[in-house]
Amino acid sequence: MSDRFETHQHDVLIVGGGGAGLRAAIAVCEANPKLSVAVISKVYPMRSHTVSAEGGAAGVIKPGDSLDEHAYDTISGGDWLCDQDAVEAFVKEAPEELLRLEHWGCPWSREPDGHIAVRAFGGMKKMRTWFAADKTGFHMLHTLFQTSLKYDTVIRYDEWFVTKLLVDDGRVQGAVAIELMSGKIQAITANAIILCTGGCGRVFPFTTNANIKNGDGMALAYRAGAPLKDMEFVQYHPTGLPFTGILITEAARSEGGYMLNKDGYRYLQDYNLGKPQPKPVLRSMELGPRDRLSQAFVMEMEKGRTIKGPYGDVVHLDLRHLGEKLISTKLPFVRELCLKYQNIDPIKELIPVRPVVHYMMGGVHTDINGATPLPGLYAAGEVACVSINGANRLGSNSLPELLVFGARVGRAAAEFASKHTTPSAAILAQAMDESRRLRKQLLEKTGGGERIATIRDEMQKAIENGAGIYRTGTSLVETVTKLRELQQRYRNTVLDDRGLTFNTELIAAMELGFMLDAAEAIVQCALHRTESRGAHQRTDFPKRDDEKFLAHSLVYRNADGSSRVEYLPVKITRWPPGERVYGEPSQTKDAQAGR
Amino acid sequence: MAETIQLEVTRYSPEHDAAPTFQRFEVPYRKDWVVLDALNYIKDKLDGSLSYRWSCRMGICGSCGMMVNGEPKLTCATFLSFYAPDAVRVEPLRYFPVVRDLVVEMTDFMVKLQKVKPWIIRKEEKSIADGEYLQTPQQLDVYKQFSMCINCMLCYAACPVYGLDPLFTGPAAIALAQRYNIDSRDQGAKERMDILSQHEGIWACTFVGECTEVCPKHVDPAGAIQQYKLTAAKEWFKSLLMPWGAK
Repeated sequence: MSDRFETHQHDVLIVGGGGAGLRAAIAVCEANPKLSVAVISKVYPMRSHTVSAEGGAAGVIKPGDSLDEHAYDTISGGDWLCDQDAVEAFVKEAPEELLRLEHWGCPWSREPDGHIAVRAFGGMKKMRTWFAADKTGFHMLHTLFQTSLKYDTVIRYDEWFVTKLLVDDGRVQGAVAIELMSGKIQAITANAIILCTGGCGRVFPFTTNANIKNGDGMALAYRAGAPLKDMEFVQYHPTGLPFTGILITEAARSEGGYMLNKDGYRYLQDYNLGKPQPKPVLRSMELGPRDRLSQAFVMEMEKGRTIKGPYGDVVHLDLRHLGEKLISTKLPFVRELCLKYQNIDPIKELIPVRPVVHYMMGGVHTDINGATPLPGLYAAGEVACVSINGANRLGSNSLPELLVFGARVGRAAAEFASKHTTPSAAILAQAMDESRRLRKQLLEKTGGGERIATIRDEMQKAIENGAGIYRTGTSLVETVTKLRELQQRYRNTVLDDRGLTFNTELIAAMELGFMLDAAEAIVQCALHRTESRGAHQRTDFPKRDDEKFLAHSLVYRNADGSSRVEYLPVKITRWPPGERVYGEPSQTKDAQAGR
Repeated sequence: MAETIQLEVTRYSPEHDAAPTFQRFEVPYRKDWVVLDALNYIKDKLDGSLSYRWSCRMGICGSCGMMVNGEPKLTCATFLSFYAPDAVRVEPLRYFPVVRDLVVEMTDFMVKLQKVKPWIIRKEEKSIADGEYLQTPQQLDVYKQFSMCINCMLCYAACPVYGLDPLFTGPAAIALAQRYNIDSRDQGAKERMDILSQHEGIWACTFVGECTEVCPKHVDPAGAIQQYKLTAAKEWFKSLLMPWGAK
């Protein structure tokens, strides 16, 4: 590998080819067809993790529903940590974006008369979740990808891995990337860079997230000097299959599934989530928000009322009463996954499930247009924190988020890129340094003797122990110490693979580095937030504290690699902080108060 | 000592090897492990230099297609227990150039996919303010099956025609073209026909049907190709009968 490497030049560079990245690419083309847009992705775009989303995408479209109700559900679901201006923009633009995807060919499920069908979803007071059976993310991603193919100005760098952002003169001007196929390290310059790399669920040992979800974009931004926001808020989805962590969609519950403990009892009624009814009731019981359901599992386990399994405790998801017809038409993927991976037929048998890390509410701090505080750097999708998700995201809000903020960020980056000129010479010198670093620290390194998998396993164990569903100051401090040790040991990683062609071990080593940074950010934010809110539950500080913490955590990386946490007040427009009420009709009064 | 199982895995590095070889690994045998779990065990514990693609490990991202004992399979959905106690042979997908170990080069498909215009084509676009295109569940059912393609490439690895003639558009790309042709919202069938009615388009297919056999998502590309041939033949007849151009 020589120091002389190729450089490529574009106006806008999008890192990540999932839902947000592809939507952003199309938005740039439509905002200014003269701009050169590049999408760089470590996997072929249709492999991106958007593909795994199952249940649906929320957007107000039916009579009897309103934007204000969607906003209120989102804000109360997020335990008042959402920025309400962002939520208002989001709920307004979500239906438009979902319609646009319909026009692009997304096979949305339909009513008998041909109109879009909607289903119920957790934490939503009205039925407003659009769905394409239970493969919504798959269909959205393939629709976006196939539609993106008609734009000739979109240049794709498939299977390229970004290692560093290049910053000079106070703004981001490019990135260094490795082409997997050849192993060449190259620089790609751009006037604006949009991060759409998704979350970092792989920091945890048990997750629904794909192998590619390593917090790449979060760490790239963090290292470049942009702050991460609200990283302590990690969503555990209440229904993952044990061992594999495969997600059983919330749609299984919105279609009427029950959560049962070892006695066959619908235990959620004991956790302030309403009274059990035979049919699903919106914002109640099994249709409560994910944070509360996952927390209920832990409490149920402590009471000894869960079921012991080979991979830890489980409860049961019961779909048997829904019947074969409903399951086959509305939940075919659930059945396929259960049959194939669990050897269980949900038409006849109970599905063992347990909470599983699913989504990061936090991410790179952006404004309502996806701009980070670092000029030229933008972010959208799970990698970003706008924040519309606050302390707990509602199911079916993340897919429309990709579209709404993908489109917004594309337009904003296009405008910024049109106004700025080509990158400085200092950028290329930096790129050269990065190339040398990769070679010295990884490819040609000898000695050491740490294996990637060992450090990764220890990191995952440490963060689950310290920053799981319930946290304490003591557990978090232990994890901070452990992560520091792992950062040290990470420097002694040696690779078995010294080849240039498709060196996946090299990529895994860099992903581990990104994950260690993301883990540090999660733990630091969790340690400093001495209250309980949404998905962040501190047993040593069990109450929500609006006096001190109606604010976003912003974590910055110091020059010496340590971090510091600051706070930014939440934007409240029309919904003052209130109590989160589920299982009762009284919350409609709060919703009206916002009008 | 716990039970183990043997894996025979293709190794190939263009930098060092003239030709692919097999390497044997012994990994723990567990009933709930899929072939991909065994590969991950090798990479994590035995030899970090083994290269292969994977991501979602739930059969939807389409990354982890390989030949398992000679058959194209998603390795995340192929259990070791199906083969145990015998050794399991894992090779890169057939008919594709090999980049490294179990990684194949799939640029060819990406080019072909774009060529068949897999997007909605309309003479006039409806504005967003006018709402959705109505599409009944019956109209959705017409193309739904073909929209399930995850681009995993198993059908190409199963297709002897593609093996002989790499110019052949191939099962997945044709199925996706047909997916749009028969979508009630689309008006682009004629444009796509111009591309697909060429010899390498649909006519190369000799209806072996292997593509449909191996498809993990029951897309039935063979059915799509047959449908398409029928339409193309009809169009050809029409053009003979009405040389001034029907429609």
